Amino acid sequence: MTAEETNMGTYNLTKEDFKSPGPVKWCAGCGDYAILAAVQSVLVELGGRKEDVVFVSGIGCSSRFPYYINTYGFHGLHGRGAAIATGIKIANPKLQVWHITGDGDSMAIGGNHFIHTIRRNIDLNIIIFNNRIYGLTKGQYSPTSPRGQITKTSPEGVIENPFTPGELVMGSQGTFFARAVDTDPKMMKEVLKAAALHKGTSVVEILQNCVIFNNQIHHAITNKETKDDHQIYLEADKPMIFGKNRDKGLMYKNNKLRVVTIGENGVTEDDLLIHDPVNPDNMIQYTLVRMGLPEFPMAMGVIRSCDCNDPYDVLLERQMEEAKRTSKIRNMDDLINSGNILDL
Amino acid sequence: MKDNKNHKIIELDHVVVKLAGDSGDGMQLSGSQFSDTTAIEGHDLATFPDYPSEIRAPQGTVAGVSGFQLHFGYINVETPGDLADVLIALNPAALKVNLKWVKPGAIIIVDVDSFEQKDILKAGFVENPLEDGTLDGHKVIKAPITSLSMNTCLDLGLDAKSSERTKNQFALGMLYYMFNKDIDLAAGFLEEKFAKKPLVADANKAVLRAGYHFAETLEEFDFTYRIKPNPDMKGRYRNITGNTAAAWGLMAAAERAGLELFLGSYPITPATEILQELSHRKHLGVKTLQAEDEIAGINSAIGAAFAGKLAATSTSGPGLALKSEAIGLAVITELPLVIIDVQRGGPSTGLPTKPEQGDLLQSLFGRNGESPVVVMAASTPANCFDYAFMAAKIAVEHMVPVILLTDGYLANGSELWKVPKMADLPKITPNLVKDNDPEYKPYKRNPETLARNWAVPGQEGLRHRIGGLEKEDVIGTVSHDPLNHEKMVKLRQEKVYRVANYVPELEVYGEQTGELLVVGWGGTYGHLVSAVKDLQTEGESISLAHFNYIYPLPKNTEKVLKGFKKIVVCELNNGQFIYWLRAEFPQFQYLTYQKIQGLPFFINELKIKFTEILKEH
Repeated sequence: MTAEETNMGTYNLTKEDFKSPGPVKWCAGCGDYAILAAVQSVLVELGGRKEDVVFVSGIGCSSRFPYYINTYGFHGLHGRGAAIATGIKIANPKLQVWHITGDGDSMAIGGNHFIHTIRRNIDLNIIIFNNRIYGLTKGQYSPTSPRGQITKTSPEGVIENPFTPGELVMGSQGTFFARAVDTDPKMMKEVLKAAALHKGTSVVEILQNCVIFNNQIHHAITNKETKDDHQIYLEADKPMIFGKNRDKGLMYKNNKLRVVTIGENGVTEDDLLIHDPVNPDNMIQYTLVRMGLPEFPMAMGVIRSCDCNDPYDVLLERQMEEAKRTSKIRNMDDLINSGNILDL
Repeated sequence: MKDNKNHKIIELDHVVVKLAGDSGDGMQLSGSQFSDTTAIEGHDLATFPDYPSEIRAPQGTVAGVSGFQLHFGYINVETPGDLADVLIALNPAALKVNLKWVKPGAIIIVDVDSFEQKDILKAGFVENPLEDGTLDGHKVIKAPITSLSMNTCLDLGLDAKSSERTKNQFALGMLYYMFNKDIDLAAGFLEEKFAKKPLVADANKAVLRAGYHFAETLEEFDFTYRIKPNPDMKGRYRNITGNTAAAWGLMAAAERAGLELFLGSYPITPATEILQELSHRKHLGVKTLQAEDEIAGINSAIGAAFAGKLAATSTSGPGLALKSEAIGLAVITELPLVIIDVQRGGPSTGLPTKPEQGDLLQSLFGRNGESPVVVMAASTPANCFDYAFMAAKIAVEHMVPVILLTDGYLANGSELWKVPKMADLPKITPNLVKDNDPEYKPYKRNPETLARNWAVPGQEGLRHRIGGLEKEDVIGTVSHDPLNHEKMVKLRQEKVYRVANYVPELEVYGEQTGELLVVGWGGTYGHLVSAVKDLQTEGESISLAHFNYIYPLPKNTEKVLKGFKKIVVCELNNGQFIYWLRAEFPQFQYLTYQKIQGLPFFINELKIKFTEILKEH
């Protein structure tokens, strides 16, 4: 949904407009609160008609989200939020449809809907709250739990490979993927707004802390002391620089991505990769999505945002218009009286 | 027309023709062609295609036999007929499979070119059935169909494979001659069908005429048949299959309700044509989503219903199983949704192309929790239109999911449908709310129907949130309150019961009281009514009560059942409707007649059973 279509700025809303009348019931200290606040701010900034906003979710802690935001909302079934959201968007393409999900909801039980929604490129904004654990069922490993993690259902450690949500997005020919941390409201707002403005399926992964069952799972990435060295915030058309002293960068050489230090071994800023999120070829973006500690920083920001194909809903409306324009059959009476009929 | 002096024309009331060949032989195509002509010539008709689930099973084997049965006549034709008067068998396997489905003394036309020794063995015959007396008692016409078809195509420049594939038209040409049918109608069908392949169209037309003229010169054909047009049929008709009728019924309901139609579905035999048909109706505002699976199909429909569309999903038994969780979601969110289940033989993958009434109990009970939905069933190919329409009307007026049961027999079978006028169909008034209604509450109900009101995203002043968690009565916030839950369960139940106030009473075919009441539901109507009618003519005290509304049952059900000394419940399963009747009306004694063979009933077997029951004391 673009600013134009939502009449950005004409409604003068405040965050209060999006606060739900009922209580918010996440655990104290849960990362979800920060995400909710960021989303409410972004809705204000987008400035659309609040009646045109719909939040849809599946099942899990994150999926209680629609109850906590004063828009139209639908709390669906485990894993099926993407399909419900798809139906809403097809039914009324004017709506701004957000799909709230978690790592279990989207990567496990809803994995099929997740990849097909992205492949279809329907204009939804999907936010994955990735806390790498099952919270609502109290602490079993999820499809994004790291190998070796001890949980209630992996007493000797997880022996499965975790999914990286961005990889599934890239593999499903996604047109938008961004990542942020729940500890950085500014970063969240930037990527969420970009996601809302993108035409097509936008996926935002938020590394979110579950204070009860997986506390500090993202600590190495988010803590104040190391975050500058362990995160790289990617911005379009800018060189990929990170680090406390802004002296580290990413270079692509000999078919390999590497971390380099500016000023060492003759490396200058000009040698660094320039972030190109709009590139239809997702090869570098895919590599960026896969980066992780300890060798690499985690990539943050809008990693891919490509207008390479029109969204499903736009194409469908186009087909609908064309069919209406060219058909002589205008109503049911026309239809049932067309073709092989027999008058006796 | 033949002017041979020996030639005579035999008048018939009705006739059953079966076309059978390999599944690539075009039997369904020539079957449709023949039924179209039949309809245009003013005959009442019913058809039934009978094909394997494999697309092209090994050629020449019984597994690969595809058939098309057509019953047409001057009288009311209620079924595709039990046994065929005329069989066309394009190979030994087709003969092997269908020999048990022809009448004594039937005319059997075989393609002798396909009766080589290897073909005969492949079909599972030990000796050549054309020579060993297997066909004694039938009138066998041996025609070199393949070779004459190919000869006809020789000069047309068509490749050998395509030439061979015209042979169904040769056989059809023979049928057109036999039944004095207008061959130009068949040719016109081919022109339309192969509009983009003029060479194929020309070859098929040439072969069609070759078959016609071949029959004309045959000594065996010193007669032809004529069936009078039905004088009772007045008005405008068309030949329609159950799946097309169901799709159109939904579209008609959308138009009458002033809503747009959305179908979220996943291809599954034998329901796929509903999705196909609706995907071609964008010009009438129909949106379809071919979802990634059955689950996404129904969930997208639930999303569309939330967004204010007339939403539907179509499936068959295995798909209904996958949709159960989402049906529960539609129950608790009290959104309108039509689920069309085109039943097939089960359990599991079962008999994908064969009809069975095996999903009734799944429809009634196949969900977690107290999860009542309206369950209905169509009973003829054409009335799939009416019941799809009514399912949609009930869904949007009562804010409830509705399961409409049809089956493979209705879905693929066809009959003549009297074309209605849209303005004559019942009105549909969705339970929508006006913008900024100060009284709006998500679970506020219509006091008569108990339907909650329907507010749609985009509407001003009606923002609300619903979902799968239990909701507080009226205000619709999440509630775990014990008494509230009990109240909501009872309200949702009562809402479904009250639908009975809005559906027609059960009709009895025949006397309202008597010796034997035959009870059926859904797709068995044609066979049951034919059998009952025959026995009534013979003076028996027998009536039929056929159910289209199953949950809730029509309000006069008990009264109807009370009027008879004996009740026999007939269904194509191991006893599902009888289970339901015994639960609802345990005071009656029920006899049963069940068949679970992936086949419709035969009129004759029903008559034998009913006669037996009538004789017992």
